[in-house]
Amino acid sequence: MTTTQPAIAVRGLTKVFGKLEVLKGIDLDLMPGEVLGLIGPSGSGKSTLIRCLNMMETPSSGQILVSGREVAPRFRALGNKIGMGELRRNVGMVFQHFNLFPHLSVLDNITEGPRVVLKRPRAEAEALAMDLLEQVGLADKAQAYPAHLSGGQKQRVAIARALAMQPQVLLLDEVTSALDPELVGEVLSVIRRLADKGMTMVLVTHEMGFAADVASRVIFMEQGRIAEEGSPEDILRNPRSERLRSFLSRFHG
Amino acid sequence: MYNWDFYTVLQSFDLFLDGIWTTFLYTVGSIVLGVIIGLLTCFARLSRFAVLRLFARSYQELFRCTPLLVQILWAYYALPMVLGVTISNTTAGLLTLSLYVGSFYAEIFRGGINAIDKGQREAAAAIGMSPIQTMGRVIMPQAIKKMLPAFINQSVIQVKNTSLLYAISVAELTYMTSVVNSETYRPLEAYSLAAVMYFVMLFPLTQIADHFERRMRRSD
Ligand SMILES: Nc1ncnc2c1ncn2[C@@H]1O[C@H](COP(=O)(O)OP(=O)(O)O)[C@@H](O)[C@H]1O
Ligand SMILES: [Mg+2]
Repeated sequence: MTTTQPAIAVRGLTKVFGKLEVLKGIDLDLMPGEVLGLIGPSGSGKSTLIRCLNMMETPSSGQILVSGREVAPRFRALGNKIGMGELRRNVGMVFQHFNLFPHLSVLDNITEGPRVVLKRPRAEAEALAMDLLEQVGLADKAQAYPAHLSGGQKQRVAIARALAMQPQVLLLDEVTSALDPELVGEVLSVIRRLADKGMTMVLVTHEMGFAADVASRVIFMEQGRIAEEGSPEDILRNPRSERLRSFLSRFHG
Repeated sequence: MYNWDFYTVLQSFDLFLDGIWTTFLYTVGSIVLGVIIGLLTCFARLSRFAVLRLFARSYQELFRCTPLLVQILWAYYALPMVLGVTISNTTAGLLTLSLYVGSFYAEIFRGGINAIDKGQREAAAAIGMSPIQTMGRVIMPQAIKKMLPAFINQSVIQVKNTSLLYAISVAELTYMTSVVNSETYRPLEAYSLAAVMYFVMLFPLTQIADHFERRMRRSD
C-alpha cells in the first residue's frame, strides 16, 4: 500500500507573481523511485514548479502532499499538516548556482544539515559526509573551501550536502547550466549513479540526451501548464505537438 | 615664545586617568547597549510586520536626524519634566549615547545582512534550517565580516561622542580636562594632552578597520 503512495503529489497548483500567473493548475504524482524530467522553454514555470515542491515558493492555491500528508506554508507542523521544516528534511534541493556556504569548509557544508537540523553527533555526521564525498569523487577536498573549487566540484559538493539529509526526494533545477561545458559530465555522472540506485528525483534540465537517458518520465511545460507528458521515448523522440517538436529541434540543431 | 609647562598639568595625571576610565566605561556600555538596540531595530526593520518596521524606522530617523548634543541635553533637562522623575546624568548620558549609536548600528547590520546573496538563505532553508538557525549559522557569520569595517568606524565615532557628556557634567576625559584646566590655568597643555590621549586610543582602532576593509576587498 505504501509503495503505491506518491512521494510527492501536486493538486491544482497555481502560482501568481503580482499579476503574472506563472503556474495555471498543475496536477502531478511523483512515485517513489521515479526520475521525472521537466523540460520546456525558458519562463514556462519549471523553476517555479520545482520550487513549490519544497515550498521555496508558496503556492497561490492548490496542495502539495508529501507521502500523503499536506504541507502547511509555515516552518512548524500545523494540525495534521507537516511544516516546511519536515518537508525540507525529506525533500532535498540542488541549485543552479550551487549556493554553497562560503564560510564553511566542504566537510562542514555537508555536515551542517545533519548536525544542526537532525542533531546528529559530529563524528557520525562527518563519517556520513566523507562517505558522500567519496561517492562524488571529492574525498580529497574535504578541508577545502568552496572558493577554491571548480564549478563542477562545487555542484558535486552541493549534491552531497543535499544527500547528507538522506532525503526521500531530490529536486535539481538546471544544475549544470552554470557550468563550463567540460565540467557538465562529472555532475551528470553523479546524478546518473543516484538514479541507478533508485533515488527519486525531479530534474529540470536542458540536457535532452541526459533526460532521455536517465528520466523514467518526462514532462514538457509550456506557459505554466503541463503540455505533454510521457516516457522519454514518447516525449523526446516522438513528440506529438508542433510546439514540442520545435522546442526539441533547437537542441538537436 | 610660549613657555610650555607640561609638568604642572601632569601633576593632575590621575584626573586624566579618571577621565579616560569614565570615557572607557561610557564607550563600552553604550556600544554594548547600542549593539543590542541595533540588532533589535535591524530585525524589526527586516520583519514582515509593518508596525514593527514603522516603529523601528521612526526611532532611527529621530535619532539620526537630530544632533546628539541636543538629545543629551533633552534627556537630562527636558525628559525629567515629561516623566516627572529626576534622571541622573549617568542614566541620561548612557541612554542617549546607546540609542544614538544603536540607530546607526541598525543600518550597518541591515546593510551587512542584505549584502548576503539570497541563495544562501535558500540553501539553508533547503536543508531544513529554521529561520533562526539560518540567521545564526549562515547569514550572520558572513554578514559580520562585511559589517566589521563600518562597525569599527562607528565605534570610533562613539568614543569621541562621549565627550559631549561634558555638557551634563559627566566626569569623562573632556570634562576632567576642563577640571585640570581650571586648576592649573594651562589650557594649551591640558587640551593638547587630552587630544593626544584620544588619538592614542583611537588610532589603533582605525587601523584595525582599515585592515578588515582591505582584507574584505581582497576576498571578494
Ligand atoms: N520571484 C518572482 N517574482 C516575479 N516573477 C517571477 C518570479 N520568479 C519567476 N517569475 C516569473 O515567472 C515566470 C516563470 O519563471 P520560471 O519558473 O523561472 O521559469 P523557467 O524556470 O521555466 O525558466 C517567468 O516569467 C519569470 O519571470
Ligand atoms: Mg528556471
